[in-house]
Amino acid sequence: MELISPDFGYFFWMVLAFGIVFFFVAKFAFPIIGKTLKNREQKISEALEQAERTHEEMKNLQAKNEELLQQARVEREEMLNEARITRDKIIEEARTKAKEETNRLVDAAKETIENERKAAMTDIKNEIANISIKVAEKILERELSKDEAQMEYIDKVIKETEKQ
Amino acid sequence: MMKIWKYIISLSFLMCLLFGAHSFAFAENEEKESFNAGEVIIEHVLDSYEWHIFTWKGHEVSVYLPCIVFNEGKCYTFSSKVFHENEQYKTVNKTNSEELVFTIPHEGSYKGKIVIVNADGTMKRPFDISITKNVLALFISCAIIIVLFYLVTKAYQKRGEKAPKGLQSLFEWLIVYVRDDIARKAINEKSVDKYLPYLVTVFFFIFINNLLGLIPIFPFGANITGNITVTACLALFTFFITNLLGNKEYYKDIFNTPGVPWFLKFPLPLMPIIETVGCFTKPFVLAVRLFANITAGHIVVLGFISSVFIVAQISVAGGVGMSIFSLILAIFVDCIELLVAYIQAYVFTLLSALYFGMASKEHH
Repeated sequence: MELISPDFGYFFWMVLAFGIVFFFVAKFAFPIIGKTLKNREQKISEALEQAERTHEEMKNLQAKNEELLQQARVEREEMLNEARITRDKIIEEARTKAKEETNRLVDAAKETIENERKAAMTDIKNEIANISIKVAEKILERELSKDEAQMEYIDKVIKETEKQ
Repeated sequence: MMKIWKYIISLSFLMCLLFGAHSFAFAENEEKESFNAGEVIIEHVLDSYEWHIFTWKGHEVSVYLPCIVFNEGKCYTFSSKVFHENEQYKTVNKTNSEELVFTIPHEGSYKGKIVIVNADGTMKRPFDISITKNVLALFISCAIIIVLFYLVTKAYQKRGEKAPKGLQSLFEWLIVYVRDDIARKAINEKSVDKYLPYLVTVFFFIFINNLLGLIPIFPFGANITGNITVTACLALFTFFITNLLGNKEYYKDIFNTPGVPWFLKFPLPLMPIIETVGCFTKPFVLAVRLFANITAGHIVVLGFISSVFIVAQISVAGGVGMSIFSLILAIFVDCIELLVAYIQAYVFTLLSALYFGMASKEHH
């Protein structure tokens, strides 16, 4: 029976002892513990959020970098293409011009040659005429007795003329 | 961890010294009685005015504790050793200077309690706040709880928001468990902070006392949480906190339960009566559950240990054989008791939290 009947004296001490423990925990221990736990949890969650944010930022940055790189690549490609086209054009132009110039030069040369040739022909004609006249003069100057000597002489004169 | 053990050990020694004045007197054991298991077990489970540590060569080694009784407004204090020297303790009545006789009867309704014997032989129970075995054990465990909480709080102050270490980690795990898995699940977000200190206190009080009750060496091993007075006191704390901090919704649920047909409320207020009775049965159930579980655990362990001596009275060889068998079973039950120590602390805290949750819930 004593097992299940509460005892007043013990009850008194129990209320006192538990009251003291409760007071100590509720007024001293728990506020500090609870506050520290809350602060720490907040700190951890903030740190996690920060990490998440940084990660996100990194990702964005990377994406941006990638985009920039891509853009640069495209630009370079375009520039290269343009340069190639320009180069081809310049070469083509140069070639055309060169051809024209050559043609012109060749024509001019041809013309000059023609003129030269004509002039030379004239000169030659004149020379031949002069030589002929000179030969004739020389022949006329000497009275030749023999035909043989005559022929010999003519040869000699021609040679001399040629030498001149 | 070493530091804590130092504290615990020095505290135990302090307690030994404090009560040393009354203690370690070897009581006379008149004749060798046969071993009575039931008596030994009940003696352990119940309260007493001295703390029996062990019996050595027929001498009882006990710590005699101070008795504090009030009679007609006057306080009388004496050591419980007086009842070992004589059956009765005679002193002067402080009110009328006559002889006042105290005794502890061995049977009857006042069995094992200090009573005043009147001149005509009738007995009267005085107002008795003696430091009994259970009270001393309670003081020791409360001191331990306060020291532990003090150390943990210091650790929190010192370490700030750094990760917990040592004892702090153990307490943090349990505190966070009580907070997140018990309190926050049962009580709404707004009022949880109001109830949390009590839930933490009650959880550690029950858990630590349950564990200390499992240590068989003085000054532990007393049946604190297996005492109906202690559990009733804890249940009353829960009862008062539930009902004093209960909100309007809670009282509306009791006196004008919604969703119940009107004829259950008028003319005979059946539902309000049932709900009001329910308010009282809840703490009653709390008290009885904890008391019964812990007492049962102590009785079972003691029963296994006692069986060794019962068998040994018949044959010594049987006693040796039985001791091995009993030891294994007792260790097994002790392991279960470790679980029970935690589970009962959890259940008491959880149910308290549920009652608080009911008393503070809000309808939307």
